[in-house]
Amino acid sequence: MPWYLELLRAIGGTIVIFSGVAIVAAMFGVLLERKISAWIHSRLGPTHVGPRGLLQTVADTIKLIQKENIVPQNADYKIFASAVLIVPLAALLDYVVIPFGQTRWGPLIFRDLNIGVLFFAATSSLVVVGILMAGWGSNNKYALLGGLRSAAQMVSYEIPMALALITVAMLAGSLSTVTIVNAQSHLWYIVAQPIAFLIFVIAATAEVNRVPFDLVEAESELVAGYFSEYSGMRFALFQLGEYGEMFAMAAMAVTLFLGGWHGPHLLPPVLWFVIKLYALIFVFMWVRWTYPRFRIDQLLNFSWKVLIPVALANLVVTAFFVMVVHP
Amino acid sequence: MITLTHYLVLSALIFVLGLFAVLTRRNGVAILMGIELMLNAANINLVAFNKFVAPGAMQGQVFALIVITLAACEAAVGLALVLAAYRGLETIYLDEINLMKW
Amino acid sequence: MIGEAIAFYMLAAITLLSGVVVVSSPNIVHSAVALVPAFLGVTGIYILLNAEFVAGVQVLIYAGAITVLILFVIMLTEGGTGLRLQQRNEQGTIGAVVAAAVAALLIAGATRTVWTPQPGTLATYTPGAIGQSFLGTNLLAFEGTSVVLLVSLIGAIIIARKED
Repeated sequence: MPWYLELLRAIGGTIVIFSGVAIVAAMFGVLLERKISAWIHSRLGPTHVGPRGLLQTVADTIKLIQKENIVPQNADYKIFASAVLIVPLAALLDYVVIPFGQTRWGPLIFRDLNIGVLFFAATSSLVVVGILMAGWGSNNKYALLGGLRSAAQMVSYEIPMALALITVAMLAGSLSTVTIVNAQSHLWYIVAQPIAFLIFVIAATAEVNRVPFDLVEAESELVAGYFSEYSGMRFALFQLGEYGEMFAMAAMAVTLFLGGWHGPHLLPPVLWFVIKLYALIFVFMWVRWTYPRFRIDQLLNFSWKVLIPVALANLVVTAFFVMVVHP
Repeated sequence: MITLTHYLVLSALIFVLGLFAVLTRRNGVAILMGIELMLNAANINLVAFNKFVAPGAMQGQVFALIVITLAACEAAVGLALVLAAYRGLETIYLDEINLMKW
Repeated sequence: MIGEAIAFYMLAAITLLSGVVVVSSPNIVHSAVALVPAFLGVTGIYILLNAEFVAGVQVLIYAGAITVLILFVIMLTEGGTGLRLQQRNEQGTIGAVVAAAVAALLIAGATRTVWTPQPGTLATYTPGAIGQSFLGTNLLAFEGTSVVLLVSLIGAIIIARKED
């Protein structure tokens, strides 16, 4: 396709991904979190706005948009403002390589890169720079501590996540996500690689700073961590980045381990993908409201001393099987 | 339209920016940032030569990957040295570290 | 062709402008943060040169890890908020002259040589080709690099440890 059509396709895709993530992940995800937590706590959750409380996040978004954007006086304004752009950008870039379904013209993916899995790991590691900038630019010691701790946690948990991704890519023989989904048409990789699935889910929970790894943004610990000084639309963009990244990690886990869009032919493939995605999101939220949180040294010890040796051992055993037992 | 020469000129300009940072900045971390820019310029050269002059083998890209890995090692050790110097000498500005023994 | 030219000039402009901010900003945190668009511009250049695996590794290691390392060290040392605010030493003019001379030499050398291409075509799936070559012809370099990584990991931990 000529370059201007490619550019138009890229701009159109960006708008679709941004509105899709903003509506499905941020708005619906926040509402789902509140309703699921209410169900686990045996209460009702928000019921006031709209039928059974379903328009609650619309009200929340309107409230956040019309709030004043406060910037602390001695804050470094350029870094304070640019941090807000980097975190949602890296979260939204994750959606470029996820195949949502299969249509009659080919897979429903924005761009089937032949380094898809590596691209996903790379854009997840761009979030850390945004978090450090947010922590530094706020000119607040709690924000700085929260930013440094969050950056240390995210960098430590990238390694087991990348090792789990490499193991799956080794089984499928390619780094492209469409090839990995097509290689699962007979057997989902969660059956072939349960340890890698568990490592990926634990590392994904730590990458998006959710319980049990949310020491860096717990209200009882650090006020709100690296985004304590942000208000109004900037806060909404940080939440968009965080929930968007959680949905992206869940979508990647569905793609790599749960067979992507494969399913019996009763429903269209996109619907199977959405069902599996929301099942995994339910598991993420269930874990959030069930477990207590780790201390920062327990968290880092768990990554370096437990997850990385287990992931490396899994990689060696899988490599042995792939090369020697089933060549 | 974009030939090898364009990439070589771009990498020469990035290299010279890194060289200027190494020659004129006082902060140790800023000098390390200049070194990273110089290594990136060399990598662009390697990958451009692989595509335009020697496309038969992957040698240029493999060499670029090894340079990226070694740059990460060197940044880690260099920054550890800056941290250790700050702890002992209370400064990271290299023109103030001019005594052989404290 | 014209799309490639537009992409090349935009990426070159992003990289060079961020490089100028890195080199000449008085605030060291601004310099460190401006490294990110510089590295992303170089990533785009690699993609134009059909080196996708190197581009992915560049984002993962340079923009994702080395920038974080530099920002950590800046925040754990003075961070540019110390008392000494002059960031340029006294070699400013001679440094600029030397840099311009090196630039002129490199550009003259690059534009005046005739580079004859050798036969062969680039592999289409570069991760596979790079993997084959790392475990084939470049095996010694691969193993040597892993030993260097191990040594520098241990060395950095020992150097930066607190003495107590």
